Amino acid sequence: MLKIRIIPCLDVKDGRVVKGINFLNLVDAGDPVEQASFYSKNGADEICFLDIGASIENRNTMIKVVEKTAEKVFIPLTVGGGIKNIENIRDLLKAGADKISINTAGILNNKLISDSSERFGSQCIVAAVDAKKKNNGWTVFSHGGTKDTGLDAIKWMQQLESLGAGEILLTSMDRDGTKDGFDIDLLKKASKVLNIPVIASGGAGRLEHFKAAVIRGNASALLAASVFHFAKFSIMDVKKYLKKENIEVRYLNE
Amino acid sequence: MKKNIAIVDYGLGNILSAKQSFVKASEDNKIKAAVKITNDPKEIDLATHIVLPGQGAFEACMLGLKNIPDMIDRLCANVIHNKKPFLGICVGMQLLANTSYENGKHKGLGWIRGEIKKIPSTGIKLPHMGWNEVTITNKNKLINLSVLKNYYFVHSYYFDCKYSTNQIGRTNYGIDFASFISKENIYGVQFHPEKSSNQGLEIIKNFLML
Repeated sequence: MLKIRIIPCLDVKDGRVVKGINFLNLVDAGDPVEQASFYSKNGADEICFLDIGASIENRNTMIKVVEKTAEKVFIPLTVGGGIKNIENIRDLLKAGADKISINTAGILNNKLISDSSERFGSQCIVAAVDAKKKNNGWTVFSHGGTKDTGLDAIKWMQQLESLGAGEILLTSMDRDGTKDGFDIDLLKKASKVLNIPVIASGGAGRLEHFKAAVIRGNASALLAASVFHFAKFSIMDVKKYLKKENIEVRYLNE
Repeated sequence: MKKNIAIVDYGLGNILSAKQSFVKASEDNKIKAAVKITNDPKEIDLATHIVLPGQGAFEACMLGLKNIPDMIDRLCANVIHNKKPFLGICVGMQLLANTSYENGKHKGLGWIRGEIKKIPSTGIKLPHMGWNEVTITNKNKLINLSVLKNYYFVHSYYFDCKYSTNQIGRTNYGIDFASFISKENIYGVQFHPEKSSNQGLEIIKNFLML
């Protein structure tokens, strides 16, 4: 049986891991390679690096971080943040990334999603969507959550699927950093209309939140940052809890 | 004896991870091995072990392989005739089939009888992405186990073996499919051992010991 994936997300800036609360107030929290390696040894099913610096120097730093990580970590690695074109994607895949997450550039240029999934395969194109509640639905924000695109989140995700995205990394901006739980309504609606896997992100604060995202939200994977980085609980705590609740997870060496 | 591992590069996908995992498995187990990513058919003659990775669409991968002059000839000579240990990973495994029905109908290498078909998507998400179990159905030299272990999968198409003797392990996702196949010196895995943590590295080690 396919296991629910638990994915720690590391926000990386200038080669260092930082934590994010509602996309602001950054606090340094360590070296990305060491952290990825630690998480891999402690039950992570995948690792996600989100590059939150935007400069060209920072891009080259990120490529080096990915190269070093690929030498030490033997679970899937997703890299996102500031991806603008096919060359960025190629460079990161070449450095050892398995999947590339694309957000703003895919909104500005839909063709980037279709071109990259055609060239590198859907399996390595993760479409990241930052959604915020508006009226009776959700609207998509770009540029790290600063610009309202006016796009309807559910329709946009369906379009991303038809453009060739292999999975959706769905972040609730309302919940991100709050520790109040994932946005279950958003997840439920997204998983219902999509045929590709949905990764739930934004709001994890308690163990029950992870269960709700799977059982009620139908998420295929669960992504969290601060609860893991600041050791509120460990990935294995989440897995033990989910297993007890009859949700299939992967135990190490099993 | 020093082993020469040739990882065939036909221009697609992340093959650095494949290389790193072979380096790691050989270092951890004190196996003397030189691991090379190559698109040079002459390197296939020099290799003791051949690895064919693969990501993306079947047709693009097959075309990538065909576009390297002599590559398929040298692979046939070394794997089919000289019986060098061979491991196909993901699409690299699917290329061993006779035919693929991914976006049309395409001819494969035909080394292991079978067809590549789409996983029926009724009620399940595609791609089949994440960690899933492999149940061993035939004795083999790469996975020796009586308990289930998890490996990392990413695919929407599966290998439908013509002969059950070629199916060494199976996995369930909507249907039961062959996730591990073999014929003599030829091995194919649908999952990614290079991304499957310690249990993946163990398969790579066992392959290097062949």
